[in-house]
Amino acid sequence: MTEKDLPALNIADLQSVLRRREVSAREVIDALQARIETVDPKMGAYLSLDTEAAVQEAEKSNVDLPLGGVPLAIKDIINVMGQPCTCASKILQDYRATYDATVIRRLRAAGAIPFGKTNLDEFAMGSSTENSSMKLTRNPWDLSRVPGGSSGGSAAAVAADAAFGALGSDTGGSIRQPAALSGVVGFKPTYGRVSRFGLVAFASSLDQVGPLTKTVNDAALIMNAIAGHDPQDSSSLNGPVPDYAARLGEDLRGVRLGLPKEYLIEGIDPQVKTAIDTAVKQMKSLGAEIIEISLPTTEYAIAVYYIVATAEASTNLARFDGVRYGYRAENPKDILDLYGRTRGEGFGQEVKRRIILGTYVLSSGYYDAYYLRAQKVRELIRQDFVRAFEKVDALVSPTSPVPAFKLGERVADPLQMYLADIFTIAANLAGICGISVPCGFADMDGQRLPIGMQLLGKPLDEARILQIAHAYEQSTHWHKARPPIASPK
Amino acid sequence: MARISDFDVVYVARLARINLTDAEAKVFQKQLSDVLKYVEKLHQADVSHVDAAAHALPICNVFREDVPRDWFTAAEALGNAPRQANGLFIVPKVVE
Repeated sequence: MTEKDLPALNIADLQSVLRRREVSAREVIDALQARIETVDPKMGAYLSLDTEAAVQEAEKSNVDLPLGGVPLAIKDIINVMGQPCTCASKILQDYRATYDATVIRRLRAAGAIPFGKTNLDEFAMGSSTENSSMKLTRNPWDLSRVPGGSSGGSAAAVAADAAFGALGSDTGGSIRQPAALSGVVGFKPTYGRVSRFGLVAFASSLDQVGPLTKTVNDAALIMNAIAGHDPQDSSSLNGPVPDYAARLGEDLRGVRLGLPKEYLIEGIDPQVKTAIDTAVKQMKSLGAEIIEISLPTTEYAIAVYYIVATAEASTNLARFDGVRYGYRAENPKDILDLYGRTRGEGFGQEVKRRIILGTYVLSSGYYDAYYLRAQKVRELIRQDFVRAFEKVDALVSPTSPVPAFKLGERVADPLQMYLADIFTIAANLAGICGISVPCGFADMDGQRLPIGMQLLGKPLDEARILQIAHAYEQSTHWHKARPPIASPK
Repeated sequence: MARISDFDVVYVARLARINLTDAEAKVFQKQLSDVLKYVEKLHQADVSHVDAAAHALPICNVFREDVPRDWFTAAEALGNAPRQANGLFIVPKVVE
Protein backbone atom coordinates (compact mmCIF):
# COMPACT_ATOMS: atom_id res chain seq x y z
CA MET A 1 0.00 0.00 0.00
CA THR A 2 1.54 3.28 -1.07
CA GLU A 3 0.52 6.55 0.53
CA LYS A 4 -1.03 7.58 -2.79
CA ASP A 5 -3.53 4.68 -2.65
CA LEU A 6 -4.62 5.28 0.95
CA PRO A 7 -7.50 7.70 0.23
CA ALA A 8 -9.25 5.07 -1.92
CA LEU A 9 -9.84 2.91 1.17
CA ASN A 10 -13.16 2.78 2.94
CA ILE A 11 -13.27 3.34 6.71
CA ALA A 12 -13.27 -0.36 7.64
CA ASP A 13 -10.25 -1.08 5.42
CA LEU A 14 -8.44 2.03 6.65
CA GLN A 15 -8.92 0.80 10.21
CA SER A 16 -7.37 -2.54 9.27
CA VAL A 17 -4.17 -1.01 7.90
CA LEU A 18 -3.99 1.40 10.85
CA ARG A 19 -4.39 -1.41 13.40
CA ARG A 20 -1.81 -3.56 11.66
CA ARG A 21 0.48 -0.51 12.01
CA GLU A 22 1.12 -0.53 8.26
CA VAL A 23 0.53 3.21 8.26
CA SER A 24 0.29 5.82 10.99
CA ALA A 25 -2.66 8.14 11.54
CA ARG A 26 -0.30 11.02 10.67
CA GLU A 27 0.52 9.43 7.30
CA VAL A 28 -3.20 9.04 6.64
CA ILE A 29 -3.79 12.77 7.21
CA ASP A 30 -0.86 13.60 4.91
CA ALA A 31 -2.12 11.27 2.17
CA LEU A 32 -5.64 12.63 2.43
CA GLN A 33 -4.44 16.21 2.31
CA ALA A 34 -2.38 15.45 -0.80
CA ARG A 35 -5.47 13.93 -2.44
CA ILE A 36 -7.59 16.94 -1.53
CA GLU A 37 -4.98 19.28 -2.97
CA THR A 38 -5.02 17.29 -6.22
CA VAL A 39 -8.77 16.92 -6.79
CA ASP A 40 -10.49 19.68 -4.86
CA PRO A 41 -9.37 22.66 -6.95
CA LYS A 42 -11.49 21.12 -9.75
CA MET A 43 -14.37 20.01 -7.53
CA GLY A 44 -14.74 22.56 -4.71
CA ALA A 45 -16.00 20.25 -1.98
CA TYR A 46 -14.13 21.83 0.95
CA LEU A 47 -14.56 25.28 2.49
CA SER A 48 -11.74 24.97 5.03
CA LEU A 49 -9.08 22.48 6.14
CA ASP A 50 -7.91 22.38 9.75
CA THR A 51 -4.64 20.63 8.98
CA GLU A 52 -2.77 21.75 12.08
CA ALA A 53 -5.47 20.54 14.50
CA ALA A 54 -5.91 17.28 12.56
CA VAL A 55 -2.18 16.52 12.63
CA GLN A 56 -2.09 17.13 16.38
CA GLU A 57 -5.05 14.78 16.85
CA ALA A 58 -3.40 12.18 14.62
CA GLU A 59 -0.10 12.26 16.53
CA LYS A 60 -1.84 11.21 19.74
CA SER A 61 -4.60 9.05 18.25
CA ASN A 62 -5.42 5.57 19.54
CA VAL A 63 -6.07 3.42 16.48
CA ASP A 64 -7.66 0.67 18.56
CA LEU A 65 -10.69 2.84 19.32
CA PRO A 66 -13.81 2.15 17.17
CA LEU A 67 -12.89 4.93 14.69
CA GLY A 68 -9.31 5.43 15.91
CA GLY A 69 -7.25 7.61 13.55
CA VAL A 70 -10.01 7.93 10.93
CA PRO A 71 -10.32 11.47 9.47
CA LEU A 72 -13.89 12.52 8.65
CA ALA A 73 -15.13 15.55 6.71
CA ILE A 74 -17.79 17.66 8.41
CA LYS A 75 -20.57 19.67 6.75
CA ASP A 76 -19.89 23.31 7.56
CA ILE A 77 -23.11 23.67 9.56
CA ILE A 78 -21.87 21.48 12.42
CA ASN A 79 -19.75 23.19 15.08
CA VAL A 80 -16.16 21.97 15.46
CA MET A 81 -14.42 23.93 18.20
CA GLY A 82 -11.95 26.52 16.95
CA GLN A 83 -12.85 25.93 13.30
CA PRO A 84 -14.99 28.08 11.00
CA CYS A 85 -18.70 27.28 10.86
CA THR A 86 -19.93 29.43 7.99
CA CYS A 87 -23.11 27.56 7.00
CA ALA A 88 -21.93 28.76 3.55
CA SER A 89 -23.45 32.13 4.45
CA LYS A 90 -21.96 35.61 4.22
CA ILE A 91 -23.64 36.32 7.54
CA LEU A 92 -21.30 33.78 9.25
CA GLN A 93 -18.28 34.12 6.98
CA ASP A 94 -15.88 34.99 9.82
CA TYR A 95 -17.55 32.90 12.52
CA ARG A 96 -15.48 30.41 14.51
CA ALA A 97 -17.12 27.70 16.62
CA THR A 98 -16.63 28.10 20.36
CA TYR A 99 -17.62 24.51 21.18
CA ASP A 100 -17.91 21.02 19.70
CA ALA A 101 -21.32 19.76 18.59
CA THR A 102 -22.33 16.60 20.47
CA VAL A 103 -21.77 14.51 17.31
CA ILE A 104 -18.20 15.87 17.11
CA ARG A 105 -17.60 15.16 20.80
CA ARG A 106 -18.82 11.59 20.23
CA LEU A 107 -16.71 11.12 17.11
CA ARG A 108 -13.63 12.31 19.00
CA ALA A 109 -14.42 9.92 21.85
CA ALA A 110 -14.50 7.10 19.26
CA GLY A 111 -11.07 8.19 18.01
CA ALA A 112 -12.14 9.90 14.77
CA ILE A 113 -10.44 13.10 13.62
CA PRO A 114 -12.60 15.90 12.19
CA PHE A 115 -10.68 17.08 9.13
CA GLY A 116 -12.13 19.71 6.83
CA LYS A 117 -15.45 21.53 6.60
CA THR A 118 -17.49 20.88 3.47
CA ASN A 119 -19.62 23.10 1.27
CA LEU A 120 -23.41 23.20 1.39
CA ASP A 121 -26.40 25.23 0.28
CA GLU A 122 -26.54 28.27 2.58
CA PHE A 123 -28.00 27.10 5.93
CA ALA A 124 -28.74 23.74 4.21
CA MET A 125 -31.49 25.32 2.11
CA GLY A 126 -31.29 23.77 -1.32
CA SER A 127 -30.89 20.63 -3.40
CA SER A 128 -27.81 21.41 -5.49
CA THR A 129 -25.23 23.23 -3.28
CA GLU A 130 -25.60 26.13 -5.73
CA ASN A 131 -27.07 28.27 -2.93
CA SER A 132 -23.66 28.38 -1.21
CA SER A 133 -22.41 31.95 -0.78
CA MET A 134 -18.84 30.62 -0.62
CA LYS A 135 -18.08 28.61 -3.75
CA LEU A 136 -19.41 26.27 -6.41
CA THR A 137 -19.17 22.52 -5.81
CA ARG A 138 -19.12 20.31 -8.89
CA ASN A 139 -20.23 16.70 -9.29
CA PRO A 140 -17.09 14.52 -9.42
CA TRP A 141 -18.65 12.32 -12.14
CA ASP A 142 -19.32 15.28 -14.44
CA LEU A 143 -17.88 18.66 -13.49
CA SER A 144 -20.62 20.49 -15.43
CA ARG A 145 -23.28 19.10 -13.08
CA VAL A 146 -24.38 19.64 -9.47
CA PRO A 147 -23.35 17.23 -6.68
CA GLY A 148 -26.85 17.42 -5.17
CA GLY A 149 -27.54 19.17 -1.90
CA SER A 150 -27.59 20.45 0.58
CA SER A 151 -24.73 18.20 1.82
CA GLY A 152 -23.12 18.41 -1.65
CA GLY A 153 -19.58 19.05 -0.42
CA SER A 154 -19.65 16.01 1.86
CA ALA A 155 -21.05 13.79 -0.92
CA ALA A 156 -18.57 14.98 -3.56
CA ALA A 157 -15.59 14.62 -1.20
CA VAL A 158 -16.48 11.02 -0.32
CA ALA A 159 -17.23 10.12 -3.96
CA ALA A 160 -13.87 11.44 -5.18
CA ASP A 161 -11.88 9.69 -2.41
CA ALA A 162 -11.16 13.11 -0.94
CA ALA A 163 -12.72 11.97 2.36
CA PHE A 164 -12.99 8.53 3.99
CA GLY A 165 -16.46 9.45 5.22
CA ALA A 166 -18.38 12.57 6.17
CA LEU A 167 -21.17 13.98 8.27
CA GLY A 168 -24.12 15.74 6.65
CA SER A 169 -27.51 16.93 7.80
CA ASP A 170 -30.87 15.97 6.34
CA THR A 171 -33.95 18.22 6.65
CA GLY A 172 -35.80 17.14 3.48
CA GLY A 173 -33.30 14.82 1.80
CA SER A 174 -30.05 16.75 2.20
CA ILE A 175 -27.99 13.63 2.98
CA ARG A 176 -29.77 11.07 0.78
CA GLN A 177 -30.19 13.16 -2.39
CA PRO A 178 -26.54 14.31 -2.76
CA ALA A 179 -25.44 10.76 -1.88
CA ALA A 180 -27.56 9.51 -4.80
CA LEU A 181 -26.39 12.17 -7.24
CA SER A 182 -22.71 11.70 -6.30
CA GLY A 183 -22.76 7.90 -6.04
CA VAL A 184 -22.19 7.26 -2.32
CA VAL A 185 -24.14 5.93 0.67
CA GLY A 186 -26.16 8.49 2.66
CA PHE A 187 -28.05 7.68 5.85
CA LYS A 188 -30.71 9.72 7.64
CA PRO A 189 -31.43 8.40 11.14
CA THR A 190 -34.81 8.53 12.89
CA TYR A 191 -35.60 12.03 14.18
CA GLY A 192 -34.13 12.22 17.69
CA ARG A 193 -31.70 9.30 17.31
CA VAL A 194 -28.70 11.61 16.84
CA SER A 195 -28.22 14.80 18.85
CA ARG A 196 -28.77 18.11 17.08
CA PHE A 197 -26.83 20.07 19.71
CA GLY A 198 -24.23 22.07 17.77
CA LEU A 199 -25.95 21.58 14.41
CA VAL A 200 -26.96 25.09 13.33
CA ALA A 201 -30.77 24.88 13.27
CA PHE A 202 -32.68 25.19 9.98
CA ALA A 203 -35.99 23.40 10.69
CA SER A 204 -35.83 21.99 14.20
CA SER A 205 -38.59 19.37 13.87
CA LEU A 206 -37.02 17.95 10.68
CA ASP A 207 -33.21 18.32 10.95
CA GLN A 208 -31.12 15.21 11.62
CA VAL A 209 -27.36 14.56 11.39
CA GLY A 210 -26.12 11.43 9.60
CA PRO A 211 -23.19 9.88 7.70
CA LEU A 212 -22.17 9.90 4.03
CA THR A 213 -19.82 7.00 3.29
CA LYS A 214 -18.41 4.69 0.63
CA THR A 215 -20.19 1.61 2.03
CA VAL A 216 -23.20 0.70 4.18
CA ASN A 217 -20.85 -0.90 6.71
CA ASP A 218 -19.04 2.43 7.13
CA ALA A 219 -22.37 4.20 7.71
CA ALA A 220 -23.11 1.68 10.50
CA LEU A 221 -19.68 2.33 12.07
CA ILE A 222 -20.31 6.10 12.18
CA MET A 223 -23.84 5.57 13.51
CA ASN A 224 -22.40 3.45 16.33
CA ALA A 225 -20.32 6.46 17.35
CA ILE A 226 -22.87 9.28 17.01
CA ALA A 227 -26.24 7.77 17.99
CA GLY A 228 -27.66 8.10 21.47
CA HIS A 229 -29.34 10.33 24.00
CA ASP A 230 -28.04 13.84 24.68
CA PRO A 231 -29.40 15.83 27.63
CA GLN A 232 -28.50 19.01 25.71
CA ASP A 233 -31.01 18.20 22.94
CA SER A 234 -34.51 17.97 24.41
CA SER A 235 -35.77 16.24 21.23
CA SER A 236 -33.18 13.47 21.47
CA LEU A 237 -34.53 10.00 22.24
CA ASN A 238 -33.61 8.30 25.46
CA GLY A 239 -33.48 4.63 24.53
CA PRO A 240 -30.94 1.86 24.05
CA VAL A 241 -28.62 2.12 21.03
CA PRO A 242 -28.10 -1.19 19.24
CA ASP A 243 -24.90 -2.23 17.44
CA TYR A 244 -25.76 -1.04 13.94
CA ALA A 245 -23.18 -3.34 12.36
CA ALA A 246 -24.49 -6.45 14.14
CA ARG A 247 -27.07 -7.46 11.53
CA LEU A 248 -24.91 -6.75 8.50
CA GLY A 249 -24.40 -9.96 6.57
CA GLU A 250 -27.89 -11.34 7.21
CA ASP A 251 -29.65 -12.14 3.94
CA LEU A 252 -33.03 -10.91 2.72
CA ARG A 253 -35.09 -14.07 3.30
CA GLY A 254 -38.35 -13.09 4.98
CA VAL A 255 -37.79 -9.37 4.41
CA ARG A 256 -40.92 -7.59 3.10
CA LEU A 257 -40.27 -4.65 0.80
CA GLY A 258 -43.02 -2.19 -0.14
CA LEU A 259 -43.27 -0.39 -3.46
CA PRO A 260 -45.41 2.75 -2.98
CA LYS A 261 -47.59 3.00 -6.07
CA GLU A 262 -47.84 6.79 -5.70
CA TYR A 263 -44.09 7.04 -6.31
CA LEU A 264 -44.47 6.01 -9.96
CA ILE A 265 -44.85 9.64 -10.92
CA GLU A 266 -44.42 11.25 -14.28
CA GLY A 267 -41.05 12.87 -14.50
CA ILE A 268 -38.99 9.90 -13.32
CA ASP A 269 -36.09 9.56 -15.71
CA PRO A 270 -36.51 6.25 -17.62
CA GLN A 271 -32.94 5.21 -16.77
CA VAL A 272 -33.63 5.81 -13.06
CA LYS A 273 -36.81 3.73 -13.29
CA THR A 274 -34.98 0.88 -15.02
CA ALA A 275 -32.22 0.91 -12.38
CA ILE A 276 -34.75 0.74 -9.52
CA ASP A 277 -36.75 -2.04 -11.25
CA THR A 278 -33.52 -4.02 -11.67
CA ALA A 279 -32.54 -3.44 -8.03
CA VAL A 280 -35.96 -4.61 -6.83
CA LYS A 281 -35.59 -7.81 -8.90
CA GLN A 282 -32.15 -8.27 -7.41
CA MET A 283 -33.48 -8.00 -3.86
CA LYS A 284 -36.28 -10.43 -4.75
CA SER A 285 -33.67 -12.91 -5.97
CA LEU A 286 -31.94 -12.50 -2.59
CA GLY A 287 -35.12 -13.64 -0.85
CA ALA A 288 -37.13 -10.46 -0.28
CA GLU A 289 -40.89 -10.43 -0.75
CA ILE A 290 -42.13 -7.48 -2.84
CA ILE A 291 -45.49 -5.94 -1.92
CA GLU A 292 -47.25 -3.02 -3.59
CA ILE A 293 -48.47 -0.54 -1.01
CA SER A 294 -50.16 2.85 -0.98
CA LEU A 295 -49.13 6.18 0.56
CA PRO A 296 -52.14 8.26 -0.52
CA THR A 297 -50.96 11.53 1.06
CA THR A 298 -47.71 11.59 -0.95
CA GLU A 299 -49.05 14.37 -3.16
CA TYR A 300 -49.16 16.76 -0.17
CA ALA A 301 -45.64 16.17 1.14
CA ILE A 302 -43.82 18.96 -0.68
CA ALA A 303 -46.52 21.53 0.12
CA VAL A 304 -46.45 20.59 3.82
CA TYR A 305 -42.66 20.70 3.86
CA TYR A 306 -42.34 24.18 2.38
CA ILE A 307 -44.74 25.54 5.00
CA VAL A 308 -43.37 23.74 8.07
CA ALA A 309 -39.68 24.06 7.14
CA THR A 310 -39.88 27.74 6.20
CA ALA A 311 -41.92 28.57 9.31
CA GLU A 312 -39.29 26.96 11.53
CA ALA A 313 -36.47 28.58 9.54
CA SER A 314 -38.00 32.04 9.93
CA THR A 315 -37.88 31.71 13.71
CA ASN A 316 -34.52 29.93 13.91
CA LEU A 317 -32.80 32.48 11.68
CA ALA A 318 -34.20 35.43 13.65
CA ARG A 319 -31.05 35.13 15.78
CA PHE A 320 -28.90 36.52 12.97
CA ASP A 321 -29.31 40.20 13.72
CA GLY A 322 -25.76 41.58 13.56
CA VAL A 323 -25.55 42.16 17.33
CA ARG A 324 -23.76 39.28 19.03
CA TYR A 325 -21.97 37.50 16.19
CA GLY A 326 -21.71 37.37 12.44
CA TYR A 327 -21.91 40.01 9.75
CA ARG A 328 -23.07 43.54 10.65
CA ALA A 329 -24.07 46.18 8.10
CA GLU A 330 -21.88 49.29 8.17
CA ASN A 331 -23.00 52.64 9.60
CA PRO A 332 -26.59 51.79 10.54
CA LYS A 333 -28.72 54.85 11.18
CA ASP A 334 -30.89 53.11 13.80
CA ILE A 335 -31.65 49.66 15.14
CA LEU A 336 -34.19 48.72 12.45
CA ASP A 337 -31.75 49.79 9.77
CA LEU A 338 -29.11 47.60 11.45
CA TYR A 339 -31.39 44.53 11.41
CA GLY A 340 -32.84 45.11 7.95
CA ARG A 341 -29.57 45.79 6.16
CA THR A 342 -27.56 43.17 8.09
CA ARG A 343 -30.08 40.49 7.07
CA GLY A 344 -30.70 41.91 3.60
CA GLU A 345 -26.97 42.01 2.83
CA GLY A 346 -25.92 38.95 4.85
CA PHE A 347 -28.43 36.33 3.63
CA GLY A 348 -28.50 34.90 0.12
CA GLN A 349 -31.58 34.82 -2.11
CA GLU A 350 -32.96 31.39 -1.18
CA VAL A 351 -32.58 32.02 2.55
CA LYS A 352 -34.39 35.35 2.22
CA ARG A 353 -37.18 33.73 0.20
CA ARG A 354 -37.68 31.04 2.81
CA ILE A 355 -37.61 33.41 5.79
CA ILE A 356 -40.21 35.61 4.09
CA LEU A 357 -42.42 32.64 3.22
CA GLY A 358 -42.10 31.29 6.78
CA THR A 359 -42.91 34.68 8.27
CA TYR A 360 -46.01 34.88 6.07
CA VAL A 361 -47.42 31.45 6.93
CA LEU A 362 -47.00 32.17 10.65
CA SER A 363 -48.40 35.70 10.53
CA SER A 364 -51.67 36.75 12.10
CA GLY A 365 -54.64 35.76 9.96
CA TYR A 366 -52.69 33.19 7.95
CA TYR A 367 -51.49 30.81 10.66
CA ASP A 368 -54.61 28.59 10.62
CA ALA A 369 -54.88 28.50 6.83
CA TYR A 370 -51.26 27.57 6.24
CA TYR A 371 -49.21 26.45 9.22
CA LEU A 372 -51.86 24.69 11.33
CA ARG A 373 -53.36 22.97 8.29
CA ALA A 374 -49.90 21.84 7.15
CA GLN A 375 -49.20 20.33 10.57
CA LYS A 376 -52.48 18.40 10.36
CA VAL A 377 -51.71 17.08 6.88
CA ARG A 378 -48.27 16.18 8.22
CA GLU A 379 -50.01 13.91 10.74
CA LEU A 380 -51.90 12.23 7.86
CA ILE A 381 -48.56 11.61 6.14
CA ARG A 382 -47.14 10.09 9.32
CA GLN A 383 -50.19 7.82 9.68
CA ASP A 384 -49.72 6.65 6.06
CA PHE A 385 -46.25 5.40 6.97
CA VAL A 386 -47.48 3.76 10.19
CA ARG A 387 -50.05 1.78 8.14
CA ALA A 388 -47.47 0.89 5.47
CA PHE A 389 -45.00 -0.43 8.05
CA GLU A 390 -47.66 -2.79 9.40
CA LYS A 391 -47.33 -4.64 6.08
CA VAL A 392 -43.65 -4.20 5.16
CA ASP A 393 -40.19 -3.82 6.72
CA ALA A 394 -38.97 -1.15 4.31
CA LEU A 395 -40.15 1.00 1.43
CA VAL A 396 -38.21 1.14 -1.85
CA SER A 397 -38.07 4.09 -4.25
CA PRO A 398 -35.63 6.14 -6.27
CA THR A 399 -33.85 8.67 -4.04
CA SER A 400 -34.18 11.33 -6.75
CA PRO A 401 -36.40 11.18 -9.84
CA VAL A 402 -33.45 12.30 -11.99
CA PRO A 403 -29.66 11.93 -12.00
CA ALA A 404 -27.44 14.97 -11.37
CA PHE A 405 -28.66 17.99 -13.32
CA LYS A 406 -26.56 20.70 -14.98
CA LEU A 407 -25.20 23.59 -12.94
CA GLY A 408 -27.55 26.56 -13.36
CA GLU A 409 -30.34 24.48 -14.89
CA ARG A 410 -32.85 24.94 -12.06
CA VAL A 411 -31.76 28.02 -10.11
CA ALA A 412 -34.25 30.40 -11.76
CA ASP A 413 -37.32 28.45 -10.66
CA PRO A 414 -37.37 27.60 -6.93
CA LEU A 415 -40.62 25.62 -7.19
CA GLN A 416 -39.11 23.24 -9.79
CA MET A 417 -36.07 22.79 -7.53
CA TYR A 418 -38.41 21.95 -4.61
CA LEU A 419 -40.29 19.32 -6.65
CA ALA A 420 -37.04 17.34 -7.08
CA ASP A 421 -37.30 16.39 -3.37
CA ILE A 422 -40.52 14.40 -3.86
CA PHE A 423 -39.16 11.02 -2.64
CA THR A 424 -37.07 12.19 0.31
CA ILE A 425 -39.19 14.86 2.02
CA ALA A 426 -41.95 12.68 3.50
CA ALA A 427 -39.43 10.75 5.63
CA ASN A 428 -38.46 13.95 7.46
CA LEU A 429 -42.10 14.94 7.97
CA ALA A 430 -42.82 11.51 9.46
CA GLY A 431 -39.52 11.37 11.37
CA ILE A 432 -38.59 7.92 10.03
CA CYS A 433 -35.13 6.66 8.97
CA GLY A 434 -33.85 6.16 5.43
CA ILE A 435 -30.81 5.44 3.32
CA SER A 436 -29.65 5.99 -0.24
CA VAL A 437 -27.40 3.32 -1.80
CA PRO A 438 -25.84 3.34 -5.28
CA CYS A 439 -27.88 1.15 -7.66
CA GLY A 440 -26.59 1.86 -11.16
CA PHE A 441 -25.68 4.50 -13.69
CA ALA A 442 -27.46 6.65 -16.22
CA ASP A 443 -25.83 7.62 -19.48
CA MET A 444 -26.27 11.36 -20.05
CA ASP A 445 -24.46 13.07 -22.94
CA GLY A 446 -21.84 10.34 -22.88
CA GLN A 447 -21.18 10.72 -19.12
CA ARG A 448 -21.87 8.05 -16.51
CA LEU A 449 -24.00 9.49 -13.70
CA PRO A 450 -24.80 7.58 -10.49
CA ILE A 451 -28.34 6.55 -9.52
CA GLY A 452 -29.40 6.02 -5.91
CA MET A 453 -32.05 3.73 -4.42
CA GLN A 454 -33.82 4.86 -1.27
CA LEU A 455 -34.90 2.48 1.48
CA LEU A 456 -37.15 3.92 4.21
CA GLY A 457 -37.69 2.23 7.56
CA LYS A 458 -39.85 2.66 10.61
CA PRO A 459 -38.74 4.80 13.54
CA LEU A 460 -35.66 3.38 15.32
CA ASP A 461 -35.39 0.49 12.83
CA GLU A 462 -31.97 1.70 11.62
CA ALA A 463 -30.30 -1.68 12.10
CA ARG A 464 -32.86 -3.36 9.83
CA ILE A 465 -32.55 -0.72 7.09
CA LEU A 466 -28.75 -0.95 7.19
CA GLN A 467 -28.99 -4.76 6.99
CA ILE A 468 -31.23 -4.65 3.89
CA ALA A 469 -29.08 -1.98 2.22
CA HIS A 470 -25.92 -3.95 3.00
CA ALA A 471 -27.31 -7.21 1.58
CA TYR A 472 -28.23 -5.43 -1.65
CA GLU A 473 -24.96 -3.50 -1.87
CA GLN A 474 -22.80 -6.57 -1.36
CA SER A 475 -24.61 -8.36 -4.20
CA THR A 476 -23.64 -5.59 -6.65
CA HIS A 477 -20.52 -3.74 -7.77
CA TRP A 478 -22.01 -0.25 -7.82
CA HIS A 479 -20.36 0.88 -4.59
CA LYS A 480 -16.91 0.04 -5.97
CA ALA A 481 -17.19 2.43 -8.93
CA ARG A 482 -15.23 5.65 -8.66
CA PRO A 483 -15.44 8.78 -10.80
CA PRO A 484 -12.54 9.40 -13.22
CA ILE A 485 -11.38 12.36 -11.10
CA ALA A 486 -10.59 9.98 -8.21
CA SER A 487 -8.13 7.82 -10.16
CA PRO A 488 -4.58 8.85 -9.26
CA LYS A 489 -2.49 9.62 -12.31
CA MET B 1 -58.76 30.68 3.16
CA ALA B 2 -56.24 33.45 2.87
CA ARG B 3 -55.99 34.80 -0.66
CA ILE B 4 -52.67 34.75 -2.46
CA SER B 5 -53.45 38.19 -3.84
CA ASP B 6 -53.05 39.41 -0.24
CA PHE B 7 -49.40 38.40 -0.25
CA ASP B 8 -47.26 41.54 -0.28
CA VAL B 9 -43.59 40.60 -0.24
CA VAL B 10 -42.43 44.08 0.83
CA TYR B 11 -44.71 44.10 3.86
CA VAL B 12 -43.74 40.56 4.94
CA ALA B 13 -40.03 41.26 4.41
CA ARG B 14 -40.38 44.22 6.76
CA LEU B 15 -41.95 41.92 9.39
CA ALA B 16 -38.97 39.58 8.91
CA ARG B 17 -36.51 42.51 9.26
CA ILE B 18 -35.02 41.92 5.83
CA ASN B 19 -34.37 44.86 3.51
CA LEU B 20 -34.97 43.85 -0.10
CA THR B 21 -33.80 45.64 -3.20
CA ASP B 22 -36.54 46.61 -5.66
CA ALA B 23 -35.30 43.92 -8.04
CA GLU B 24 -35.45 41.26 -5.31
CA ALA B 25 -38.94 42.33 -4.27
CA LYS B 26 -40.19 42.00 -7.83
CA VAL B 27 -38.71 38.53 -8.39
CA PHE B 28 -39.65 37.18 -4.93
CA GLN B 29 -43.24 38.44 -5.29
CA LYS B 30 -43.68 36.25 -8.37
CA GLN B 31 -41.69 33.22 -7.10
CA LEU B 32 -43.37 33.10 -3.69
CA SER B 33 -46.84 33.64 -5.20
CA ASP B 34 -46.15 30.53 -7.32
CA VAL B 35 -45.19 28.57 -4.19
CA LEU B 36 -48.29 29.79 -2.32
CA LYS B 37 -50.44 28.75 -5.26
CA TYR B 38 -48.82 25.32 -5.21
CA VAL B 39 -49.44 24.78 -1.47
CA GLU B 40 -53.16 25.54 -1.91
CA LYS B 41 -53.54 21.85 -2.72
CA LEU B 42 -53.49 21.23 1.05
CA HIS B 43 -57.09 22.40 1.12
CA GLN B 44 -58.11 19.24 -0.69
CA ALA B 45 -57.00 17.11 2.27
CA ASP B 46 -59.60 16.15 4.87
CA VAL B 47 -58.11 17.13 8.22
CA SER B 48 -61.35 17.26 10.19
CA HIS B 49 -60.42 14.18 12.25
CA VAL B 50 -56.71 14.80 12.96
CA ASP B 51 -54.70 16.74 15.49
CA ALA B 52 -51.68 18.70 14.35
CA ALA B 53 -48.53 16.56 14.13
CA ALA B 54 -45.66 16.65 16.49
CA HIS B 55 -42.94 14.03 16.19
CA ALA B 56 -42.56 10.50 14.91
CA LEU B 57 -42.10 9.20 18.41
CA PRO B 58 -43.92 10.73 21.35
CA ILE B 59 -41.67 12.66 23.69
CA CYS B 60 -43.06 15.14 26.14
CA ASN B 61 -42.13 17.00 29.29
CA VAL B 62 -38.38 16.73 28.86
CA PHE B 63 -36.67 18.17 31.90
CA ARG B 64 -33.18 18.07 33.29
CA GLU B 65 -31.77 19.14 36.61
CA ASP B 66 -30.90 22.82 36.76
CA VAL B 67 -27.33 22.48 37.97
CA PRO B 68 -24.43 24.88 37.45
CA ARG B 69 -21.68 23.71 35.14
CA ASP B 70 -18.77 25.11 33.17
CA TRP B 71 -19.94 26.96 30.12
CA PHE B 72 -18.73 29.79 27.91
CA THR B 73 -16.55 32.43 29.47
CA ALA B 74 -17.43 36.05 28.74
CA ALA B 75 -14.42 36.23 26.42
CA GLU B 76 -15.63 33.19 24.44
CA ALA B 77 -19.18 34.54 24.23
CA LEU B 78 -17.79 37.82 22.87
CA GLY B 79 -15.30 36.08 20.58
CA ASN B 80 -17.44 36.42 17.44
CA ALA B 81 -18.92 39.83 18.20
CA PRO B 82 -18.88 42.39 15.35
CA ARG B 83 -17.95 45.04 17.97
CA GLN B 84 -17.13 44.66 21.64
CA ALA B 85 -15.49 46.56 24.45
CA ASN B 86 -15.17 46.19 28.22
CA GLY B 87 -16.81 42.76 28.14
CA LEU B 88 -19.90 44.12 26.36
CA PHE B 89 -21.45 43.95 22.88
CA ILE B 90 -21.33 47.39 21.27
CA VAL B 91 -24.47 48.33 19.31
CA PRO B 92 -25.68 51.53 17.65
CA LYS B 93 -27.42 54.02 19.91
CA VAL B 94 -31.10 53.01 20.18
CA VAL B 95 -32.41 55.59 22.70
CA GLU B 96 -31.94 59.32 22.27
